Amino acid sequence: MEARTDAVSAAPPVPAASWRNWSEPIAFAVMVALLALAPMYFYPMFVMQALCFALFACAFNLLIGYGGLLSFGHALYFGWASYLAAHSAKVWGFPPELAILTGTLTGGLFGVVAGALAIRRQGIYFAMITLAMAQMMFFFALQMKFTGGEDGIQAVPRGKLFGLIDLANQTNMYVTVAAIFLAGFLLIQRVIHSPFGEVLKAIRENEPRAISLGYKTDRYKLLAFVLSATLAGLAGSTKAIVLQIASLTDVDWPMSGEVVLMALVGGLGTVFGPVVGAFIVVAMQNYLAQVGQWVTVIQGVIFVLCVLLFRRGVIGELAAYMRIKL
Amino acid sequence: MFEIFGIPSTALFGQLLIGLINGSFYALLSLGLAVIFGMLNVINFAHCAQYMMGAFAAFLLLNLTGLGYWGALIVAPILVGIFGIIVERCLLQWLYKLDHLYGLLLTFGLVLIIEGVARNFYGSAGLPYTMPESLQGGQNLGFMFLPNYRAWVIVASLTVCLATWFVIERTRLGAYLRAATENPTLVRAFGINVPLMITLTYGFGVALAAFAGVMAAPIYNVSPQMGSSLIIVVFAVVVIGGMGSIMGAIVTGFGLGIVEGLTKVFFPEASNTVIFVIMAIVLLVRPAGLFGRRA
Repeated sequence: MEARTDAVSAAPPVPAASWRNWSEPIAFAVMVALLALAPMYFYPMFVMQALCFALFACAFNLLIGYGGLLSFGHALYFGWASYLAAHSAKVWGFPPELAILTGTLTGGLFGVVAGALAIRRQGIYFAMITLAMAQMMFFFALQMKFTGGEDGIQAVPRGKLFGLIDLANQTNMYVTVAAIFLAGFLLIQRVIHSPFGEVLKAIRENEPRAISLGYKTDRYKLLAFVLSATLAGLAGSTKAIVLQIASLTDVDWPMSGEVVLMALVGGLGTVFGPVVGAFIVVAMQNYLAQVGQWVTVIQGVIFVLCVLLFRRGVIGELAAYMRIKL
Repeated sequence: MFEIFGIPSTALFGQLLIGLINGSFYALLSLGLAVIFGMLNVINFAHCAQYMMGAFAAFLLLNLTGLGYWGALIVAPILVGIFGIIVERCLLQWLYKLDHLYGLLLTFGLVLIIEGVARNFYGSAGLPYTMPESLQGGQNLGFMFLPNYRAWVIVASLTVCLATWFVIERTRLGAYLRAATENPTLVRAFGINVPLMITLTYGFGVALAAFAGVMAAPIYNVSPQMGSSLIIVVFAVVVIGGMGSIMGAIVTGFGLGIVEGLTKVFFPEASNTVIFVIMAIVLLVRPAGLFGRRA
């Protein structure tokens, strides 16, 4: 797995083999090492929760960072995927891998519908449409019976992965979540560096020019949207299995805002930024719990400061300072 | 009392009235959003928080200084408008050269701050605000009962909306404003202070939101989250109407309020979502919006 990413990210034409060309693989190796060490130093549930959100933020970043499309309604895919995963595991008795698959496909399906509508408008309207669609589906979640309304779906069984690995065991669960996260992360990285990703960046920079070059930009945007929604669904379903709960919080609009915050703090359009941002935001929520409601205010202040002063985010600033790509 | 399509007339007209009330808030808020977007190129997510601040200002004015409803209707929008001007000078003005998205993100951060602070001091439960005595009671029109206060809200917001339309579309000041929206550099070359106009426009848009908030205070309880669910509906209204036209915003706002009220009568389960469904249909049929121009 490691060797494959190396081959992908190493830029071929530079003659002097500088370590800077290897910045992404090196950072990836550091990340894997940190993931292996993390459960010894931190509460594993915290790390697993943060990993789910990290994948969610990476999926969101694929749209804004590389396609220039700000979706303000990503809670829709995350939340509904987590409902379907929880419901299929608890009521239909699906094993975890099938429950996660069900949730992921739900995210993708909603992505097709909402994406097809949202890409009909650009810029600021795109953000408002995605937000409105998400709010509509929030009301559906509130009214439908199977979601459990205000209570959500609680006590979701973790089950046995492939009928063999018991996920009630914390270590097994941790390894599974880490594997899902890394797979999703590598897929996104592969997409970013693929020809498809390059077209996406071209659309972000100048859509009329991309059209005049003969690219059917709507198709590219829709595909990116569906991909992003599907991966957000993967994150949401995994979260439902890990935390054993799916609730209204996951589909409500503050969740959409939170994922924007994660990507923004870490760095929009950077590969590793959303991961760092997700860990910062989730850590803030867990460790600042004693200040209660003020967490929202602190998040708001961070939003304002990031937009005014640190638009590149933590990883973006670091990469600019070290003159590397991260 | 008589029946229409098997629905008693009092229920039908009662819901229509509620629809009109909601429609007046949609119209006032989407009007403010459109005016602000035209001048600043910023989608003011904080509009909902400023609406809530208007209601809170009215509540605080009554309980701290004893200033009643009519005074609050003037003072609260001015106070919140000044707050808006400070926000524009300190924060928003640095974003005009950037992508529109940053304005949305910054004002979203403001929502979290303002709502969070309000929740810390006043909790999530609603605070009651009593109706002014002169507007209590109502009229029996035979086919329905019309509370005076609700009639006042509709008349007042319609007046404010039309006055705004008149100022922007029919006066010299409005002409400057529209010209500055099209080409700020050229308008500055004519010796008009465009940055000042931008600041005042934001202050005015925010004051409109606060005005709506004061009017909403006696109907809904005053609570920190009273605006955030509203703003998303208003976004949908703006998508449906398009932000290009002032009259478009007013017509769409009232129209969608009425549609929502009728849905509550005939198909109550869908009343929360009907505006979003209409938005989806409009996007399929007329992607630029009902009154919008193709960019």
